[in-house]
Amino acid sequence: MSDAASSAARDAFAARLEHPAARALIRRHRLRWWEVLPWAAAIVFYLAFPDYLGFGTELLITILFALSLDLALGYAGIVTLGQAAFFGTGAYTVGLLAFHGIWTEPISGLLVAALAAAVVGLLSGLVLLRTSGLTLLMLTICTMALLEQAANMAHDYTGGFDGLPSLPIAPVFRVFEFNPLYPNTQYLYSLGVVLVCFLFLRTLVYSPFGQSLTGIRENLLRMHAVGSPVRRRLVICYTISAAIAGVAGGLWAQTNAYVNLSVLGLDRAATVLIVLILGGYGRLYGAFIGAVVYLALEHFLARIYPTAWQLGLGVFLVLIALFARNGILGLGERLWRGYRARRAKP
Amino acid sequence: MSELRLETRALSRHFGALVAVNGIDFKLAAGARHALIGPNGAGKTTFINLLTGLLPATHGQVLLGGKDITAKAQAARVKLGIARTFQINRLFRGLSVLENVYISVAERMGAASSMFYPAGKRSDVIEEAMYLLGVLKLADVAQRRVSELPYGRQRLVELAIAMGLRPEVLLLDEPAAGVPSAESHIILDAIERLPEQISVLIIEHDMDVVFRFAKRVTVMVSGAVFAEGTLKEIEANPQVRAVYLGQADGGQRHG
Repeated sequence: MSDAASSAARDAFAARLEHPAARALIRRHRLRWWEVLPWAAAIVFYLAFPDYLGFGTELLITILFALSLDLALGYAGIVTLGQAAFFGTGAYTVGLLAFHGIWTEPISGLLVAALAAAVVGLLSGLVLLRTSGLTLLMLTICTMALLEQAANMAHDYTGGFDGLPSLPIAPVFRVFEFNPLYPNTQYLYSLGVVLVCFLFLRTLVYSPFGQSLTGIRENLLRMHAVGSPVRRRLVICYTISAAIAGVAGGLWAQTNAYVNLSVLGLDRAATVLIVLILGGYGRLYGAFIGAVVYLALEHFLARIYPTAWQLGLGVFLVLIALFARNGILGLGERLWRGYRARRAKP
Repeated sequence: MSELRLETRALSRHFGALVAVNGIDFKLAAGARHALIGPNGAGKTTFINLLTGLLPATHGQVLLGGKDITAKAQAARVKLGIARTFQINRLFRGLSVLENVYISVAERMGAASSMFYPAGKRSDVIEEAMYLLGVLKLADVAQRRVSELPYGRQRLVELAIAMGLRPEVLLLDEPAAGVPSAESHIILDAIERLPEQISVLIIEHDMDVVFRFAKRVTVMVSGAVFAEGTLKEIEANPQVRAVYLGQADGGQRHG
């Protein structure tokens, strides 16, 4: 090829990357200004509401748990109602190790929790992900129920229904102690863990791997037809999702200093699903919005009407399901687009 | 006859008692423009599904470039160079046109399992996807969501995804099905401009398309090969005219 021809080819190459669609894809993963807001809000919360840091910690853990579900459900389209299996595995891993005095260091404890949950995710995923739809949904619930029963029956180790109280957790970096009355450490520690996990997930969903997960969600048959190893991708995704849920569970056990069967229950699995649907799935930030709205609703509705606060939540969910299929974020996006379109017209 | 690309030997597929594809011996030459025609329920789509590995064969063999690939799974056959389009659009509806093609190109280039860098960093994948969109005249809608496009252009995205795999053998299952006749020419133009070295097998009901595009024709009836030959031979075959061409004049389309 002559020099002129090769330089023309180079120019054509560059021109194709200058196309608006190509530029949008190239820049898709870049941080946008508003992405700082949730973290800034978390810091403001810490400074402004020192009496609510226990609530704040619960909120952060719920966000992390919902993020783990978003990867499996929102991005890869794995329909699961058993995500608490991994939350519980993480929580019990931390709980058992601490209670029996084997391992109390928090950060490495979370890594072990992630690993344990990943193993459960991998093994169950290899079986579960051969199915889809309602069968898959049922099997995820079954996995969780099996683990819950196992934790119940292994009474000698897990404390059965009563759980494991007063877990001794070592100070973070050997300096910052977990104080149950002033959960400042718990809050900041959780915030740090959520941030690290979030950055990992954000990298993942914008990667080629993440793109292929959305392909699987959007059209399984086509994904097979482009030669994608679909099952392997799904198992890897499910395992990572399980590991993150395990971190959330481990964090829950550490910051509360106890574990009980509630970490493995259908209640918890259903709650995190509601949180994600409320906020909007397949967009990461839905987990943040959903967790804030859900916990705030729970908090305030329970105050107004302690015996039947879930009625209010139910009505709210019906409204979301009817008028905002893509959750609060989806609704916001639609309104924003409508606003921009109307402004652009005249 | 030129070099053989894809071949089947006594290929059959049973669904319970129904024999959908019955002992088909078929040859697709390198660079072929080959049409597969036949009435509804003749087993044409099932035959394509057997070629791609979407369905396992009950009996018989599929050979690609002389090698037996009957036992290979769908993904492995794609890597060996067999790509297809679907009769009904199978697109990533919620994603942009560019992302649709990106997924396919990334899969072929082995980029799709990378987790730790952004998709946008693979400028080689994006460049090739944009190139394909340019060739198929889709560049102007590259950023649009696929589900927002008119059906005819969605069919082109279907073709772009298959081309992103750089196939040696391209199986087109009624590429113009469901497209309003006013738009169908954009699909036909695109098919006519496909690179010569690709061997193309096209299932088609519209005889105008077959006459315009195909050099060889295979007629399937009730799961078996009824006739095969050049376009002229098939056109002149009185039996084919009786069982198929006569019906096609009635404007039937579907398979």
